[in-house]
Amino acid sequence: MLVIPCPFCGPREEVEFACGGEAGPPRPADPGALDDAAWTAWLWGRVNRKGPQVETWWHQAGCGRWFLVARDSRDDRVLAAWPIGAPTPTGLGLEEPGP
Amino acid sequence: MRQPFRLATGGRIDRSRPIEVRLDGERLQGFPGDTLASAILARGIRLVGRSFKRHRPRGILTAGPEEPNALLRVERGPGRVDPNARATLVELVPGLSAATQNAWPSLRHDLAGLFDRAAAFLPAGFYYKTFFRPAGAWERLFEPAIRRLAGLGRAPESADPDRYLHRHVHCDLLVVGGGPAGLWAARLAARAGARVILADERPAPGGGLLDTGTAGPRIGGGPASAWLERLLGELDGAGELVRLSRTTVQALHPSGHALLLERVADHLQEPDPRLPRERLWQVRPRAVLLTTGRIERPLLFPDNDRPGILSAGAARAFLWGQAVLVGRDVVVAAFDDSGYAAALELAAAGARVHAIVDPRDTPGPLAAAAEAAGLRLLAGWAPVGSEGGPGLRAVRLAPLDRTGRPDGRGERTVPCDALLVAGGWTPAVQLWAQAGGGLAWDAAAAAFLPSRGPSWLRIAGAAAGARTLAEALAQADRATAELLDGLGIVPPPSDTLPAIEEPVPAPSTPPWALPGTWRRDPKATFVDFQNDVTVADLELAVREGFAAPEHAKRWTTAGMATDQGKTSAPSTLALLAEAAGRPTEALAPTTMRPPWTPVSFGALAGVHRGDLFRPIRTTPLHAWAAARGAVFEDVGHWKRPTAFPRPGESLEAAAAREARAVREGVGLFDASTLGAFDVQGPDAATFLDRIWTIDVAGLPVGRCRYGLVLKDDGTVLDDGVVCRLAPNRFLLSTTTGGAARLYAWLERWAQTEWPNLRVWTTPVAEGRAVIAVQGPKARLLLRRAASGVDLSAKAFPHMAWREGKIGGVPARILRVSFTGEPGFELHLPASRAEEVIDTLLRLGPDLEPTPYGLEAMHLLRLEKGYILVGHETDGTVTPRDLGLERLLAPGKDFLGKRSLDLPEHRRPDRPRLVGLLPLDPTALPAVGGQLVERAEPGAPSLGRVSSAGRSPTLGRTIALGLVRGDRARPGERLTVFAADRPPVEVELGAPCFLDPEGTRLRG
Repeated sequence: MLVIPCPFCGPREEVEFACGGEAGPPRPADPGALDDAAWTAWLWGRVNRKGPQVETWWHQAGCGRWFLVARDSRDDRVLAAWPIGAPTPTGLGLEEPGP
Repeated sequence: MRQPFRLATGGRIDRSRPIEVRLDGERLQGFPGDTLASAILARGIRLVGRSFKRHRPRGILTAGPEEPNALLRVERGPGRVDPNARATLVELVPGLSAATQNAWPSLRHDLAGLFDRAAAFLPAGFYYKTFFRPAGAWERLFEPAIRRLAGLGRAPESADPDRYLHRHVHCDLLVVGGGPAGLWAARLAARAGARVILADERPAPGGGLLDTGTAGPRIGGGPASAWLERLLGELDGAGELVRLSRTTVQALHPSGHALLLERVADHLQEPDPRLPRERLWQVRPRAVLLTTGRIERPLLFPDNDRPGILSAGAARAFLWGQAVLVGRDVVVAAFDDSGYAAALELAAAGARVHAIVDPRDTPGPLAAAAEAAGLRLLAGWAPVGSEGGPGLRAVRLAPLDRTGRPDGRGERTVPCDALLVAGGWTPAVQLWAQAGGGLAWDAAAAAFLPSRGPSWLRIAGAAAGARTLAEALAQADRATAELLDGLGIVPPPSDTLPAIEEPVPAPSTPPWALPGTWRRDPKATFVDFQNDVTVADLELAVREGFAAPEHAKRWTTAGMATDQGKTSAPSTLALLAEAAGRPTEALAPTTMRPPWTPVSFGALAGVHRGDLFRPIRTTPLHAWAAARGAVFEDVGHWKRPTAFPRPGESLEAAAAREARAVREGVGLFDASTLGAFDVQGPDAATFLDRIWTIDVAGLPVGRCRYGLVLKDDGTVLDDGVVCRLAPNRFLLSTTTGGAARLYAWLERWAQTEWPNLRVWTTPVAEGRAVIAVQGPKARLLLRRAASGVDLSAKAFPHMAWREGKIGGVPARILRVSFTGEPGFELHLPASRAEEVIDTLLRLGPDLEPTPYGLEAMHLLRLEKGYILVGHETDGTVTPRDLGLERLLAPGKDFLGKRSLDLPEHRRPDRPRLVGLLPLDPTALPAVGGQLVERAEPGAPSLGRVSSAGRSPTLGRTIALGLVRGDRARPGERLTVFAADRPPVEVELGAPCFLDPEGTRLRG
């Protein structure tokens, strides 16, 4: 079981949280303007990186806030956690967000 | 009682309190301090079981958790049964009853022992190539027979009556293993002020030192036992130290989470009834030191599994622990110097040591001591076979040349009743590997030693490959200092390590290094004892193409038994390498997974069983319903009434009666479980418009609208009603089962995708009760109790809400219906719900208000063709499939809208919601039944039945289903095909069987 460092509550056991999956690009403002390939790419496409990646996590059994977590998918090490809207921490080996 | 192999003195047993237990019905005597294994050996019993596949006679091999053979069924009292218990770990308690397993009719005369004769037909993986023909024989013949023969023990047949508890602890340092290295580390850390937990598997700490005696190390000029006692005395006063005995660290996860299983009560004669049987500790240490010791390797030669062949270390353990001699006429095979220590100690205790065979050219210093003690040494010899009935009677020995092959000089047979094998040592690195530590092959040690690991983890002592006690203590000292430093704890000035007198052992010869021993008869040379895997099986695996260790493991089942390869893994790997012509270091050990030893389900469950298995949610009207004879069912965590049967009435009849009452009169329904959310804020309408398919912004205050929430792939997530309470405030009502999911959905989008929207969502179902009043007489009934609200159809249209009072209790009243009859939902404070429903019943006895449950509700909505999320939807169904295009508001984007234009959702064979009328009006199609053209095996499925019931209003069976659009023509006839049921022919039609215009609804 992981320990997730909730930016609002501090480190807590993984069971208190739900994982929202890979954090991707924002939802297109006008989906109607996208062709099928572009729309399904946003809807289903994931980078699924082998290494540090950014995910959304929800402190379901705690403060109820969603936030971002950098986790290394190779060894499950949680590298950092920060509120949505706060700048992404540097030096974690995170790649730029995908297209 | 006779204990012919018990010495008169010695051992850590209490001879003043004899204990009597039963083994296979016979009386067996022992003392406190005995295990079942030591009592069995003291009695002179050597046959303790039959092996898994070939039913070969087996005896005790080891003295610890790595035991692969001596698995017995142990009963501690009524309902307290442990099959496959290791006799080496079961402490003797009065009243204990043990039985050998896997033999019939008796252990000595096991019929299935014939399998051993047929071993040529039962190699590894034989079941992948057999049992196919004749067709049908598998179900009738093979499977039942295999089921009877398979497995070792029998599962218990009654519930476990014992209590198990969990404990959650944080600490600075967890030390695993209470041998000398672990004790030294724990003392150092505790003195530094760290919070330390020391966990040891055995009844008392001391580890390997407990299994040594006169030939063991001398510490600080005196016997090891004295040093141990002093050290323990210092520990018990030292700082914040929790010292746990009988506690196995079962798992160490890469996140640092450790699971410890403490055996609290099994060894106690009369345990305090308040004690749990076992305690599962969940520990979050900041650092971990593994001092888990090492496991002795068995040797590889034909018939190496005969009862009477034991590990040399085990013989010493039984000698010093319980004063038990494992044999009177002993031969020792010393591939490692520790064999000599065993020979010396047993000889001093009165055994006749007939020979020590040592294949090595340069045996260590103890060899000289052995010869000085008059023991015969056969240097350059090794065991190549064993003889006897079930029990060992003699050993065949042969001289070997430098390549490990017989040099033809001639073999010798030495009569004996015990062969002690010292095959070298495998460090116990399982927890290290579980936590993500790396392993590297060390040729000198002929073992996988720990390499790099996580920063919070260290391993020291024999588990890290230390060959002497001095090395072990030095490693533990250094590792502890490093870990403390990492924790920011200043270690005290180190104690000088004690002076130790011990022989420095010569390198051992690993068992697989002598092909002359294991090539001689590969089919009879066992590698994994518990699963009966032989050298021949491993060679066969390589020939069949399963040379990779992970493949060979699964194909041969080597290492997959309850001992998880503790004694067999290194030999397995080395033999695979040999057969594949590769060096051992090129192969990786198979993944090591928790638990270390079997864990009872009870310990894992803790208190979460029975009533505490999961939370039960009841509504404010639960007691009221129960008092009225409601029969309840589980809907998620909720208890909801299925129906309110009268005395003697079946559930089905009750549901039909209740449904009729709603259609003709007035029914009362508890809708408190439905999800309810208050959504407010300046951007509430904008937010909800993005989430719901319907037009929210245009919804007038005071009105309600039914709509859908879709996932962004276009599939239906949930349905419900949106009410506008105020320009910037809405009430959402959703399904019971989907409530939590919808709340997560709303929060997720609001917080992660649109955090700039000013909107706040609050679940409001708690603290509130909802009573649905449905039926043509609903208004009549409510009028008698209502005040402050005009209930007339003109003033209060369908799909609107008003505020008023019912029986003086303030309520929000929604005019919504899931039944197709005019209906109202009363939203009330939970504490007033019983009061209000009793008021309604009191004021309207002439109207016969009828409480109705889920069954009736299902029938009523089915007659109207209203969808039920989770029945008509399954996560793949879209609004268009359901014929609910009218709920898709034009002119705005909402989640799922874009996906509905994808080619997938425009296919003509998309499912389509249809009504199904069985041609036989009494035949009930099975929900989930497949719709086919003709009921024959292999018929392609054209759809499925999603809901079905016997309509009381129509007096016939009806159903809804999803049929592929190009076959869903009204009037089309299909058949419902379900396993074990007669096929039901149905005619397709509109998915609504009653009042499609909705005139009754708007009355």
